[in-house]
Order: sequence, then C-alpha cells, then structure tokens
Amino acid sequence: MDMNQYLSMFIDESNDHLQSLNENMLQLEGNPEDLGIVQVIFRSAHTLKGMAATMGFEDLASLTHKMENVLDLVRNEKLKMQDYIFDTMFKSLDALETMVQDITEGGQGKADVSSIVASLQAIENGEMTSGAAPATENKPANASIASAVELDEFQYSVLDQSIAEGHRVFYVDVLVSEHSQLKGVRAYMVFDMLERSGEVVKAYPSVQDIEQEKFERSFSLYYITTKEAHELEEGIMSISEIESAKLIQLDQETLQQMANQVAATVEGPPAPTAVAEVASSDNNSAPKEEAKAAPAKTAAPKQAAAPSRTIRVDIERLDVLMNLFSELLIDRSRLEQLASETGNNDLSDTVAHLSRVSTDLQNIVLKLRMVPVDTVFNRFPRMIRDLAKTLDKKIDLVITGAETELDRTVIDEIGDPLVHLLRNAVDHGVESIAERVAAGKPEMGTVNLRAFHSGNHVFIEIEDDGKGIYRDKLLKTAIKRGVVTEEQGAKMSDDEVNQLLFAPGFSTADIISDISGRGVGLDVVKSKITSLGGNVTIHSTPGKGTNFSVQLPLTLSIIAAMLVRLGSEKYAVPLSSIVETAIVQREQVRNIHGNKMITFRESLIPYLSLSEVFSVPDFNDADEQETEIVVIRKGDRLAAVAVEEFIGQSEIVLKSMGTYLPAIEGISGATILGDGQVALILDPNAFIK
Amino acid sequence: MEEELKVIVFKLGSEEYGIEVDKVQTIERMMPITRVPKTLSFVKGVINLRGVVIPVIDLRGRFSLPESEYTDQTRIVIVGVDDMQVGFIVDSANDVIDIKSSAIDSPPEVVGGVKARYLRGVAKLEDSRLLIMLNLNEVLNKSEIVQLESVEG
Repeated sequence: MDMNQYLSMFIDESNDHLQSLNENMLQLEGNPEDLGIVQVIFRSAHTLKGMAATMGFEDLASLTHKMENVLDLVRNEKLKMQDYIFDTMFKSLDALETMVQDITEGGQGKADVSSIVASLQAIENGEMTSGAAPATENKPANASIASAVELDEFQYSVLDQSIAEGHRVFYVDVLVSEHSQLKGVRAYMVFDMLERSGEVVKAYPSVQDIEQEKFERSFSLYYITTKEAHELEEGIMSISEIESAKLIQLDQETLQQMANQVAATVEGPPAPTAVAEVASSDNNSAPKEEAKAAPAKTAAPKQAAAPSRTIRVDIERLDVLMNLFSELLIDRSRLEQLASETGNNDLSDTVAHLSRVSTDLQNIVLKLRMVPVDTVFNRFPRMIRDLAKTLDKKIDLVITGAETELDRTVIDEIGDPLVHLLRNAVDHGVESIAERVAAGKPEMGTVNLRAFHSGNHVFIEIEDDGKGIYRDKLLKTAIKRGVVTEEQGAKMSDDEVNQLLFAPGFSTADIISDISGRGVGLDVVKSKITSLGGNVTIHSTPGKGTNFSVQLPLTLSIIAAMLVRLGSEKYAVPLSSIVETAIVQREQVRNIHGNKMITFRESLIPYLSLSEVFSVPDFNDADEQETEIVVIRKGDRLAAVAVEEFIGQSEIVLKSMGTYLPAIEGISGATILGDGQVALILDPNAFIK
Repeated sequence: MEEELKVIVFKLGSEEYGIEVDKVQTIERMMPITRVPKTLSFVKGVINLRGVVIPVIDLRGRFSLPESEYTDQTRIVIVGVDDMQVGFIVDSANDVIDIKSSAIDSPPEVVGGVKARYLRGVAKLEDSRLLIMLNLNEVLNKSEIVQLESVEG
C-alpha cells in the first residue's frame, strides 16, 4: 500500500500527540497524584503507538510501547510517579520527537534508544509486583479464538475515539437458535439492522464467514452507535430465531481491558467480570452509569481541549487565496475611482456594496491565516523546565493570552527570538535560589509570558521577577566593549541605557554560560523583530525584575497606509508609524547645525525633505511657502517628512519589488494603486536614525 | 548534431540583438513606469505587469549607449532568469527566428559599443545580417550593480 498520502497526516498527528504528551506530562509533574492526567497521557501514547505501528515505524512503536507499560503501572496504582521516572519519560519524549523529526525529513525514524528503553524496563521491573499482569493471567485457553477477537490497533483507536466523542460502543454477543435453518440469513439480518443505525467495527467470525454460515451458533461484534442498549437489544430480539443478544457497553477502561484480555466468550461462557452486563430490561443500569461516570471525568479535559471542528489546509493554498484577494482589492480601488469619476449613482451604490463585502472578505481571509500564539508558546513550558533544572533554579512560567492570534508568517518567524528572550530571562534575569533567599524573595522565580492585542498590533511580553538591570554595571560593560563612550553614556536616559543590551557584541553575564550570554543573541533578536515590522523595548526596575516587550504587526501582507503625492509621484506611508499630519510655514523651518528642524509640540524634531532625499524631478518643498508634513515615529523619536499633498488613506497590498533591485534605503516595498500604477512604500524607520 | 535555437530579435539603434525565446516571458508596449529613487540611472523604475511588480532597465543605458526618446516602436521585453524577472526597454522587437547553434561565433572584443562580457556570441544570418546574442546572466549580474553603485555613490 502506498503510505505516502498518509505520511503527512501521520506526521501532523504525531506532533500533536507529542505536544499533548509533553503538556500533560508537565501537568502531571506538578500534580503527580492525578490519575486522570495519566489516563490522558496513556491514551495519547497508545494512539501514537498504534499509528507508528500501522505506518511501520517499529522503533517509534516499541519505545512508545515501553512508555505505555510504565504508564499502565502508574495508572493501576502499582507505581508512583517519581522524579527519575519523569526524567526518563521526558527523555523518551525527546527521543520520540527526534524520530518523528527524522521521519519528517524523509528518514525511517530509526534511532538508538536502547538506554532509554533499558531505563524504562528497569522502572517497569523494579516496581513490578506479583499480580502485575492480569492481562496475561486471565488469558483464556482457547488462544486461536482469543487472538481473532482481539482488536487491532486501528480498530482499537476507532473505538477509543468514538467513546471520546461521546458515541456508545457496544460489545454485542448474539446467539442464534439451534433450530434455525438459515443461520447465515439471521446473522445477516442482525448486521443489516445494526448497520442502519451505527457501524460494526469488528466481527468474529469475520463477516464473510458469518454470511456463509461458517459459525456454530453465536457471533460477536464491536459496534458503534448513538442508540441506547435496550433499543438495540429489542431490535435484535425482534428478528426471529435469535435466541439471545447480549450487549455490553464499553467505556475506555473496559475497552482497554477487552483489547488486552481478549474477550473469548464466543462459545458461550459468561462475559468478563469487569464489564457491566446489560440485561433485557434497563433496571440494572446503575453499575453501567457508574462505570461510565468514572472515565467520563478523565475524558473531559481531552474533549475540552479539542472542541473546535477544523480542517487542515495547505498553507500554500492560503497564500494563493491571499494573492487572488489582493488582485481583487486592486480592482476594487480602481472601480471606486471609476465610479466616482462617472458619477453614476447606481454604479456608485453597487461599488459601495462591493467594497463592504470585500472588506468583510478581507477580514476573513486575513483571519484564515491567523494562528494562536499558543502554537509557539506550547513548547516553552518544557524548555523552561529543562533550563531551570540545568541552572538549578526554581522557575514558574506563567503564560497568559496564548489564544491571541497572529499572522502565520509572523508566527513562523517569532519562535527563535522568543526562545532567546526567555532563555535570557531565566539565565540572567532570575537569580539563583541562594541569591533570591538573601534578597528576601520566594525561592521560586516567576517568568510571565503574556500576549495581547492592542490596536493593530500584538504585544508579547516577557517579564521576570529577577534582579533587573543595573544601569552602572550595564554602562561599564558597554564602555568596556566599546559600544558607547563614557561621555555618551553619562548623557543617556535609563531607557536608552537599557536599549544598549541590543547593541551588537554585548553581554552582561559575568560568566559566559552555554544557555545564553555569548552576546550574539539580543542584537539578532532585535534585528529579527525589526525585520518583521515590529519593535522591542526593555523596562527594568533594579532588584525587582525586567520586562521585555515585543510589539508585532497583526499581518504582513495588507496594511493601512496614507498615500501622499510629490509632483507626479505617489508614495505610501504606513499608517502605523504616522503620528499626525500638519502644515508648516517656510519660516517655521529652522536651521540648526546645518540640519533643518521644526518645533512640534514644544520639542524640536528633524525636518526631512522627501523631494530632496528621493531627488523628485518635478517638486521641491523649498519652493513652497506652506508645506504639508507627515510626522512619523520610530520608538519615541519623531521626525517630520515634507510632502506636496495628502491623497488619503487606503488599504494597500504589499508587493515585493523582485530580486533584481538591491535594497533601497527609505523604501520598504511597493504596492499597486487603484489606477494600476505602482507606488513605493516608505520605510519610516530609515528616516530616523 | 545541429541544435536549432529560437530567438527573439530586438533592436538597439541599428544593431540587432537576440535572446533565446524560452528566457523571454512577454513583450509589452511601453507603459507607465514608477521611478525608483536612489538607484542606478539605467534602472528606469518598476511597472505593474498584471499584478506583479517588475523592475525595468533601459538596455541602452545598461550597455552605456546613449539613451534615446521612447517611440511607438519602443518595447519592454520581460525576461526571466532563475527567480528574477526584469524588463528590458529596447528600441523595437518584432521578429522571432530560428538559428543554428553552429552559426554562432564567439564574440569579438567590442560589438557596437557593447562589452564582450555581456555577449554570448554573434550569429551570422543569411542576408549577411549580424545578430548579437546576449548573455543574460552577465547582463543581470547583480554584483556588478553593487560595484557600479560604489563607484557612482
């Protein structure tokens, strides 16, 4: 069978399962007594094992199997979770991740895991008590039948899933009257009846055998439905020549046992004691209810975690959709322009409606590309745990706003910078336990990771309650490293000093550790975030902690911009960096040290002549008595850019200028206007240095 | 084995030049060009070609020939090399011909003021026409642009 088409699905789902394993394992570590979590972990591991075995990744399957064995002991309260077990489990998860990674890259998922397997085995053996394996002891004598009713991994997971999704799963045992002449037909009628309101997952003997009367008097099957047991039973019994029908509702627990123990009750002996038997009346349904209630509790978190119905779409298709939509936007602007020129009311109305619809459409298209930041955040708890262990610190990572959404392109890029900032907070921010105690702080350091929306931006903050930044120490290092001179340093505000952390070739760690502190990190973080159109700032209170705030644009493909004209040329200025627009008189522009400045809100800001910078052929603001200016902002610094005329605000689609042209200072890209002309987009950051 | 090449023929002044047809995406009439500031003088700007922004260079300027006024005959030849799309402004483009690869000679030092580096060779056609085959990779060489920039800037 060609497995390729399933491979990507396998990889996606494996990653999901690994992620949930990691998360739940962390949760369990905080709360080792909670067997509910163990159940969830066990199920994830089991599904993973099943998938891996189906796909033929034996190493993956066998390692998961070993983990499962240990978990099984824990689940049955034969083994208590302890630190070294957690460590081994986490190691196993890492190994699994490596294997899945290998498979993703086209490998066979092979890895040498003998040492991990050995330690898992040791855990398993070390705590193994006399009655450890009920599964093997209870195995019935008739092995051939036993193995036949045994569910394979796929069937098991189908049943398991159905239970999790709230369907009923029954194990049905049907006995045909011994006088029946047409056993096959009767059996067929049973199947027919059942399949009208559900699905038969597995039958013993096989369906073909049953239809050809290759069975004695009884057959059994696993059945998924939404109907009640008594309804089904009545239905089956209403078929003539059926002597008895036994329905056993399965929950995850009993299903597991069935799968392990193999319910070999085909020849007539009673069903396994563990399962509650449903008699012809509904009277003794109490035990069933009870049995259902217990696993329902454990299943709840899993169900709560995946309530949204989703489909997976190739990101490329979304990109194509986005491109098509941008074409549409350009046509829309053109139509709007034409409509206002012709002055036809009907046309204007229609175009206005089209505009509204396409605005809604735009919101949806943009939303399609939005991904919760959780997809990046979810690997952090594990990372912080490992880091804290290595550094011998106690750290609590508090994540808030993980549901905040960001454009997929931003999400893909933001992971590494955040890892760096977090490592930085754990390594340099939070003090060692001894230091914390000496400073009168709790042993456990806290790192807050927050994401939230604000206007057209998403903020991600990383805040620790560590030692904070000491201006003097930082300045001394900066001067030593030649980042600033002593004079410059003395003049800088505290915030400016803090920003020095982002200067290339800077590190304040006294000892260079391999976690962070090579001094190559923060400047890379800064440039990465800037290249995404974002910004990062630091606030710190010495002794209290440090806050890194990362500001990111919601999306990179469509932005709101102000269109301006200089002579015959049009330029777009991103709205996000505009503070305001104004008109200044020529005499208000003053020369200070050869630089033109204007007074804006009681402070002097630089005045830039765009026509001069871009050598615009048919306009020069120096010829004008009154000049329109756009005040732009970079961080907290402002500058005024002189233009000839404001055209208005517009949603523009970012277009690449191709690979031929080198990067041009002051220009960040191009867009296509309503009239089909190309307009260049200004990069305000380049004007403020 | 004789290889046949299909070549787009265009003119700069009186000289005829050729580019293999598979490197040419389309040939467009002159259209509005948005000037891009702070670039080389032969980079005329960018155009909107059906939703894609493409830089346009004046081929005369690229070869340090005197630039001329645009006429009705002026065309923009859009070529694609690797992932790069660039438009060439040429005096006219109106012919596609087949030539044999054996008809292409290695280029002399200078042809019509164009440096040999930009040329793949010169093809002799029947009626003693000479067709100058361009070496697109050299014409679009970016490292040279950077060098030129540092000289000019």
